[in-house]
Amino acid sequence: MKKYILTSTLAALLTLGGFSAPALAGPEDVVVENAWSRASIGMNRPGAAYMTIRNTGDEPVTLIGLTTPLAMMPEIHETKTNAEGVSSMNPAGEIAIAPGESVALEPGGLHAMLMRLQEPMTEGDTFPLTLLFDDGGEVTVEVPILGIAARGPED
Amino acid sequence: MRPRAILGYGAAGVGVVALMLFVGWWRVDGPGAPAPVGQRPVALTEMDFRLTDHEGNAVGPETLIGRPTMAFFGFTYCPDVCPTTLSDISGWLDDLGNEADEMNVVFITVDPERDTVETMAEYVGYFHPALRGWTGPEEQIARVADGFRATYEQVPTESGDYTMNHTASVFLFAASGRFVTMIDYHEPKEFAVPKIRRALEEEMEGAT
Ligand SMILES: [Cu+2]
Repeated sequence: MKKYILTSTLAALLTLGGFSAPALAGPEDVVVENAWSRASIGMNRPGAAYMTIRNTGDEPVTLIGLTTPLAMMPEIHETKTNAEGVSSMNPAGEIAIAPGESVALEPGGLHAMLMRLQEPMTEGDTFPLTLLFDDGGEVTVEVPILGIAARGPED
Repeated sequence: MRPRAILGYGAAGVGVVALMLFVGWWRVDGPGAPAPVGQRPVALTEMDFRLTDHEGNAVGPETLIGRPTMAFFGFTYCPDVCPTTLSDISGWLDDLGNEADEMNVVFITVDPERDTVETMAEYVGYFHPALRGWTGPEEQIARVADGFRATYEQVPTESGDYTMNHTASVFLFAASGRFVTMIDYHEPKEFAVPKIRRALEEEMEGAT
């Protein structure tokens, strides 16, 4: 709990300080960069958020879940496209990140699926997204909401 | 001696040609052919379906004949694949500039249950102005997908809703209605844009 408050405060400070990325926070060695999401139409449709999660430490870390006040059911999903060109989307389960490695959540692959939105995602706003790790560590990042047709973090 | 040598070479030549023909047959149509990955869509001129566009107009395959067409399947409740494809398409169209002015760009829903005409109208408004959104009764959507050799399937999610698995490729047709090629989901623009040019350049003649 203490760590969570610390990371929230740090994220808030970074946000106030005008640092959008990299959002350096919580457990020691995890750095989240280039977080972004697309605006939603209303609240009935699920949203998706993208980012790069970097493990700068010497130990593997395992991402086990997400929480956010924006959505009741946030979950890491993976989109797969088979040889016939058919795309499907499924929960990705736990994601291990080796020391020095990073995992990209990006269109067409992994995404933070934001199911049951509590409010619409409005372009220009941000929302906090907390990444939960298997050692109990948490990292909170402020995710900017870009336009519905955004292609990447710079759009 | 001499004529005989020529005859010999000639016979060998015929043998080589026959071998090449055989190898060609083996690879293309024979047992050595690669397993077909999906099937090619039929020409638009051979399709038969009735849908409604996002402005309420009745549309069908004939609506697309006369201009090159870029079409794909999706649904507006799709969080990842469909906005990505729509953004990719907008980027390709921006790259092509005036070249793509005379092109049909159609987003066909595989989720008519939720994607009404009004829903499609709101959704396509957020993307490239050339984009048209088509919906219709489920049995008509099934006929479109059949013509395109595309598939879709409703899948329940843990949130109590459902999502759709669907063919995510972008289909390109010439102005004649002939199928030209397809762009794979999220294919880089260096490959996608030349494919679109191929569809744009193909003449009206020779609809097959
Ligand atoms: Cu998802």
